[in-house]
Amino acid sequence: MPEASATAGTLEPWRDPQARPYVRIEGVTKRFGEFTAVDDVSLDIFRSELFALLGASGCGKTTLLRMLAGFERPTSGRILIDDQDVTAMPPYERPVNMMFQSYALFPHMSVEQNVAFGLKQDSVPKAELKARVGEALELVQLGPWARRKPHQLSGGQRQRVALARALVKRPKLLLLDEPLAALDKKLREKTQFELMNIQDEVGVTFVVVTHDQEEAMTLSTRMAVMDRGRVMQVGTPSEVYEFPSTRFTADFIGSINVFEGRVRSIDGDLVVVESPQFGGELEVASQARVAQGQTVWVAVRPEKISIAPRGEGGAKEGRRRNAADGVVQDIAYLGDTSVFRVDIGNGTLIEVTQTNLFRSIERPIDWDARVTLSWTANVGLILSE
Amino acid sequence: MSVAARKEQARSDGRVSALGKATWRALRRLPLKGRSAVVAAPYIWLGLFFLVPFIIVLKISLSQMIVARPPFTPLLTWTEGWWPQVQAYLDNYVWLLQDPLYWIAYLNSVKIALISTLGCLLIGYPMAYGIAKAPATARTLLLLMVILPFWTSFLLRVYAWIGILKQNGLINNVLMWLGIIPEPLAMLHNDFSVYVGIIYSYLPFMILPLYANLEKMDVSLLEAAADLGCKPWKAFLSVTLPLSLPGIVAGSMLVFIPAVGEFVIPELLGGPDTLMIGRVLWNEFFNNRDWPVASAVTIVLILVLVIPIVIFQRQQAKTQDVLE
Repeated sequence: MPEASATAGTLEPWRDPQARPYVRIEGVTKRFGEFTAVDDVSLDIFRSELFALLGASGCGKTTLLRMLAGFERPTSGRILIDDQDVTAMPPYERPVNMMFQSYALFPHMSVEQNVAFGLKQDSVPKAELKARVGEALELVQLGPWARRKPHQLSGGQRQRVALARALVKRPKLLLLDEPLAALDKKLREKTQFELMNIQDEVGVTFVVVTHDQEEAMTLSTRMAVMDRGRVMQVGTPSEVYEFPSTRFTADFIGSINVFEGRVRSIDGDLVVVESPQFGGELEVASQARVAQGQTVWVAVRPEKISIAPRGEGGAKEGRRRNAADGVVQDIAYLGDTSVFRVDIGNGTLIEVTQTNLFRSIERPIDWDARVTLSWTANVGLILSE
Repeated sequence: MSVAARKEQARSDGRVSALGKATWRALRRLPLKGRSAVVAAPYIWLGLFFLVPFIIVLKISLSQMIVARPPFTPLLTWTEGWWPQVQAYLDNYVWLLQDPLYWIAYLNSVKIALISTLGCLLIGYPMAYGIAKAPATARTLLLLMVILPFWTSFLLRVYAWIGILKQNGLINNVLMWLGIIPEPLAMLHNDFSVYVGIIYSYLPFMILPLYANLEKMDVSLLEAAADLGCKPWKAFLSVTLPLSLPGIVAGSMLVFIPAVGEFVIPELLGGPDTLMIGRVLWNEFFNNRDWPVASAVTIVLILVLVIPIVIFQRQQAKTQDVLE
């Protein structure tokens, strides 16, 4: 199907080996004295992508963003935007605009003046300036507040002023530093979708820094998970969630059960792992290149495990693979789902998430209930690091 | 419980605990009393040591000089009957208008104060900016160096300038020794030395409020300006400078107001023709023993100063408004 491949080319340019990246970060390292904030990071970001840099605080994501903006100079490496080397370019010359975490609105200027500030630096003619400011304010639905000062606005409105101010210059690249961190939960969710719609409308390439995995997963086309200055994994949200490449990413995004073990046998795609931590054998359908006897980790997401009450009595049969008997130790009721923590003996706790399909006050599975856990071979993952 | 029942309950509560209510009311008034006492303290202070002396000066300014003790006519006299006779003269104020000496002295004082304020601003702003941008450890030391001169007497510090500026003083000797000037420059006992003295003495009053303002300025605002295409010097003009306006106003007022009425500096460093209102005041009071005219000079001086203070107050109110 030629149509399908065409969409794959434009919607997922990173799959197309022919596509030219719009922003290239090439082996960028940033040191502050002894401390290495960003350690040899290389990333390709494509035009109109909404790329997220995800990581805990201190992982170097903000430093990387500030190097894209030009506030920090890389210790080594290069940054190219649209084939132009901007590594040594001061921030005021870069075709890049940033939305600051604190918004950094000028308190002595009105909303309108704030938005017009960037255009004034470029000596845009008055009529055009007015039209573009009006357009930008329209885009973020702030027209009626144009004459207000920032301190007269709510947090959500200030966030939108900051966005309009960064967008009005039509930058090649828009950087957003924790764009939603200062908003409360409900507003954050609403704004996430607004932000996506606006990005869709203007088609500018966005790079978003966030520590909130949910935010990264909702917003981004692709994301880079960072830890201690290095990029651990790059991929679409579902790739990173379903196929984490390391224990770090597996653990950082969502929750996951990890069992250490040794590869016992490899039968085609089926890898069998003997895990004392699990207290039995695990089988995983995996393409991972592992050798017999190698130490690996088997990871299973909580929502992929099924939980069923175990009948009283009944002789304990030999353990099946990917199955364990246990006792419910904890239940967290979250409304839409419930999280069970099941003790399967020898101190191992397995987390299981179940969707609350039926409305019921009575729990089908209660505290201290004896349960059986199981999952199929193709939901598990083999991680070798 | 229904609404009616709740109301009934409340009413009966009120009846039962009438005594408790009274106590409660008294208790509620108490912190209010404490607050008014705290507020009253500065008012009493200002009343006793500012308002009362001011009224006395105002009263003297409306009297006439006599050779007596005290050397002015009383405002109120009880000659006969129950009603005191008011004897107020506006002669002193008319005199101030008629004699150009006073006008010139006032204008000259304002001029010297304005130029000195400008000088303090030009020197103080970069210093305050530098301190605010210095690393936190150096900041304390730099601020200490600004405040350090206060540990020496003001009079002594002004006096020391004589040694620096005089004919065979420090500067002239060094410049002549270096061969830059063939003969000593006349730097003492003229307007120049007065400016030097005032700017030197009042510089900390300009630096400290400016520093306080610049220090709390959000760095990300300058980054935002740069990000939006603004070169550093332009970012300074369009962001830093307007945002530091409250600091500039505060510092300027703290320099300008005392500089207008300055007496010690023009007396020690100024020449015979350095006419400043502080010196005129001193002359009227101590040399001519004309308390009424001296008082009138004071009243007019206060009026001259009230205008900038009102501007200052309004600016402060505006700043408060922005910060809220």
